[in-house]
Order: sequence, then C-alpha cells, then structure tokens
Amino acid sequence: MGIIKAQDVVYEYVKRDEEGNVEGSIRAVDQVSLDIEQGDFIAILGHNGSGKSTLAKHMNAILYPTEGCVWVDGKDTRAEEELWNIRQSAGMVFQNPDNQIIGQVVEEDVGFGPENMGVPTKEIWERVEESLKAVGMYQYRKHSPNKLSGGQKQRVSIAGVLAMHPKCIVLDEPTAMLDPNGRKEVVRAVRALNDVEKITVILITHYMEEIVHADKVFVMDQGRIAMEGTPREIFSRVEELKALRLDVPQVTLLAYELQKQGLDLPRGILTIPELVAALEREKGSLKKDTPEGKDKKCP
Amino acid sequence: MLRDITLGQYYQTDSVIHRLDPRVKLGGTLLFIISLFFFQNMWGYVIAAAFLALVIHLSTVPFRYIVKGMRAILFLLLITVAFNLFLTPGTPLVSFFGGHVRITYEGIRLAVFIALRLCFLIIGSSMMTLTTTPNNLTDGMEKMLRPLKLFKVPVHEVAMMMSIALRFIPILLEETDKIMKAQIARGADFESGKLVQRAKAMVPLLVPLFISAFRRANDLALAMEARCYRGGEGRAKMKPLIYQKRDGIAYLCLGLYLVAGIGIGRL
Repeated sequence: MGIIKAQDVVYEYVKRDEEGNVEGSIRAVDQVSLDIEQGDFIAILGHNGSGKSTLAKHMNAILYPTEGCVWVDGKDTRAEEELWNIRQSAGMVFQNPDNQIIGQVVEEDVGFGPENMGVPTKEIWERVEESLKAVGMYQYRKHSPNKLSGGQKQRVSIAGVLAMHPKCIVLDEPTAMLDPNGRKEVVRAVRALNDVEKITVILITHYMEEIVHADKVFVMDQGRIAMEGTPREIFSRVEELKALRLDVPQVTLLAYELQKQGLDLPRGILTIPELVAALEREKGSLKKDTPEGKDKKCP
Repeated sequence: MLRDITLGQYYQTDSVIHRLDPRVKLGGTLLFIISLFFFQNMWGYVIAAAFLALVIHLSTVPFRYIVKGMRAILFLLLITVAFNLFLTPGTPLVSFFGGHVRITYEGIRLAVFIALRLCFLIIGSSMMTLTTTPNNLTDGMEKMLRPLKLFKVPVHEVAMMMSIALRFIPILLEETDKIMKAQIARGADFESGKLVQRAKAMVPLLVPLFISAFRRANDLALAMEARCYRGGEGRAKMKPLIYQKRDGIAYLCLGLYLVAGIGIGRL
C-alpha cells in the first residue's frame, strides 16, 4: 500500500431545501480507486466540477467518503483518534493564498503548524528556517504577508505545510489565482520539494503545462477517473482530452496537428526542444524544409 | 479614511522599551493610568511627567510623532477644561455676565489637573501601542489573562480572534475599496445626498463585503484545521514570553515610581 490509497470512494453532497429536508444528492466523487506511491509526483486534472477538489479533501480527512475507504499512510481517515496524525502526514495547500495565511509575519505563519503540533520552541525555529529556505522565501521571513505577491504568498503557504514535516503534500489548484509568473514560481517550488526533499506531491490543477513533469496523471470527469497514465501517454490521446474539455499544451497540439497532416512525428510530444528535435530529424529524412518549423520556437 | 487612524500604530525602532516583555508594558500602562487618579497636588504630576519623559527618551520614538496622535483628543480636552474652568464652585477670581459665569481658583486648579491627567493618560497608553506590535500585545494579554480560564473565559480563543482580525483588516479594507469602485462603476453614489440616503447607499457595499468576509472565514477555518489547529490545548509557542533581566528592572522602576508618585502626590 502506498502513502495514499483510495478504494471505491464515493462522495455525495446532500442537497437540502429551505426547511432542511433532503431533496436529493449529487455524486461528486464516484467509485474512485487510486494508489499513490511514496515519493511520486502525481497530477490530478479535470475541468471545473469534475470532483477533483472533493477528492483532494479526502486525502486530508476534511471530508470522509460516503462509501469506500481512504487510507493515508496506512491509517483509515475515518479513525477519529488518528485525525491529527493524518493531517500532519498529508498537508494541504489551498487555492486562495490570502485565506490560508494566519500569521502577520511570514515566519510566524510558517510556525503555525508546528505550534499546533506542540513542537518545542527551538525546533519550531529550525523547521521554519529550513522550510522557508526550501521554497526560497527565507529573505522575506520578517515581512508582512500582505506585502507579498500572489506567488510569494503561495510559496509561504507551502512552507507552512512543509514545516509540519509531512510525507505528502496535496495542492488544491494552488496556481488558479496567480499570474503566469507566480504560477511558474509555485510550480518550480513544488517540483523542488519532490526532487530534493522526496516529498510525495499531489498537484490538482487544470493547467496542462504544470503536469508535464508528473510521474503519473489522473484525469477526472464527472467524479470518475477518466484517464490514467504518464503525461506522455495522456497527451498522446488528444481527441479524448478535447472531449473532456481540457486544453492540451500548445506544443503537443501543434505536433498533433502536424501529425494529422502527414508528418511522421512521435506521439505525445511535451516540450518545445522535443518537438524541434523531432522536426529536425523529420527534415533530415524528408530533405525538405517545414515552414511550421519556425513557429515552434515561439509558441 | 480608515487608514488615518493612528491609534495602536506601531513605531518601528529597536529600543529597550520595544524589547520589554509585553506583560510589563501592559501592566505598567494600567498601573500608570490608575496612579494618575491618586494625585492631589502638583508634585504627583511632576513625578508622572518625569517618568513619562524617561520612558519616551528610552523608547527613541520622536516626541513630535507622539504629540501628533494627541490631535484627535484636542476637542475633548478643550470641552473638559472649559467645563471644569467655568462650573467649579469656590472662591471667584473673575466673573462675567453679572456673576452668572465665573472662574474660580478651584476651577483653574481642577482644569489644569484634568488636562494634565488626560494628556498623560493618552501619551502613556500610546507609548504602549507605539512600542509593542499588535501580535506581541495579544500574546501578552493571553498570558496575563490566563488565570481567567478558571472562570471558563476562552482566553486563548479571544486572543486568536484578535490576531486574526488584525491580520484581515488590511485585506478587508482593500476589498471594500474594490467593491466600492465596482459599485461606482455601475452608477452607485456614495458621496451625495442626505444622511439617510448615504446610509442606504452603503447597503450595496456592505452586503458583498459581508458575504466575502464569511467566505474568507470559512476558507481560513478549513486551512487552520488542515494545519492541525485544535485550540489552545497542547499548543507550543514559537515566540514564548519569558521574563528577562530588563523586565525585572522595568518592574523595579515602575514600583519606585508608584511609591514616589502616590506617596508624594497625596501629601
């Protein structure tokens, strides 16, 4: 069993009318099973309302499955006495950076989690320092969070989770409210956590560019897992992704369109250099210049 | 407009007073204010002034900055002085309007004392807020009021609420500004009309503001729980309050002041 395992998870939101009578229910998560290995970088994709955020909240025992079971680090999330251990081993970063920063100074906010866990004072300071360094925000430790940019705030939130020494971090659309630069900052910090600190990362997003480096991708639609595989496998199924209302990265789409026009390119191209290399090879074999070749350099 | 409030504003320098334990400053301010009401002669005020001067000097906060904060109470000060000056019975010194309005010797004495008392009170308490960060202040309050837990007062929760409120003030101010602009762009008028109309115009501002505040509160609660927040029990402190040597010295100075001030001031 991996760090997070879900077995046939069903979650229903109960709809009530004004008197509080049950009107019906909506299945947000429907028969989802997954097993996430320690140290993996997992991406969960899906458009709005696909149930990905609801699923994420199960990984931190904020929500409990209506049917089925979720285990975090081998512990059933419904076991009340394990609640705080589960929340400590699976940290969570939310979408809105303003609404999850509690402290009035960056270092105080990062210390909030360890404070709650009852970590001795000296160790709190050590943890705060190493977490802020891991996300590259150490020089801002004395600043007020209100004065930081969105990307910086989100990195502080990540540091706040990191200071709790979790085994895995669930990020629920951490970049949805950020500008492109902030998005890059956050994704870079998240990748560093996975590469350097070997923390399991579960990144929930609807930006395709962010999942290119994932070990495994789950695509959700209507509460179910619609596709599953490596980014390369997923991106080679362009038509299916389009049917799920998801945007394929520009490079992949371009390669796909070229392929349809008869160029012999490998399937599931993810990055610009990859496409350039493939086109160079293609040029060599066809001995003919492809006018589209120039376009890739500036997508 | 809300940005202009100087009450509780922190003045950043690194002085002995700034580094004192917030409990010393809280307790000291309280005792200082109480002591002002014990004085019955000029000497008490002289000692209080000397004590304040010493604190201001040690804090390195510019005196002009402190006085600037006094402007807010100038009107109140004038009214109080006027009432005491004209309405105190006793030996008349000057009288106007055929003896209906007169200034007495006791009136002058009382007016001066009241004015001094008010000024010292404001300066004394602003010295506390100028030299203590709001966070430190809530921490100090939490620790000082801890005995009240015996009477089921949720001390930790109140302190937590205060610090969260302080954290969200700038965010909500910004939000108010945004909503105001959005409503003005759609033709809302916040500036003209009579008082009642203006109050009514606030409704389209307050409703979205409240909704957004509740939404934020909900998100924040979720984020706090996700980070293992479960009340004050078993919580460690990142910046625990521990009395240092300087705090002891400060208590000693305070004690000396109280003995001298009340001893001489009540002669």
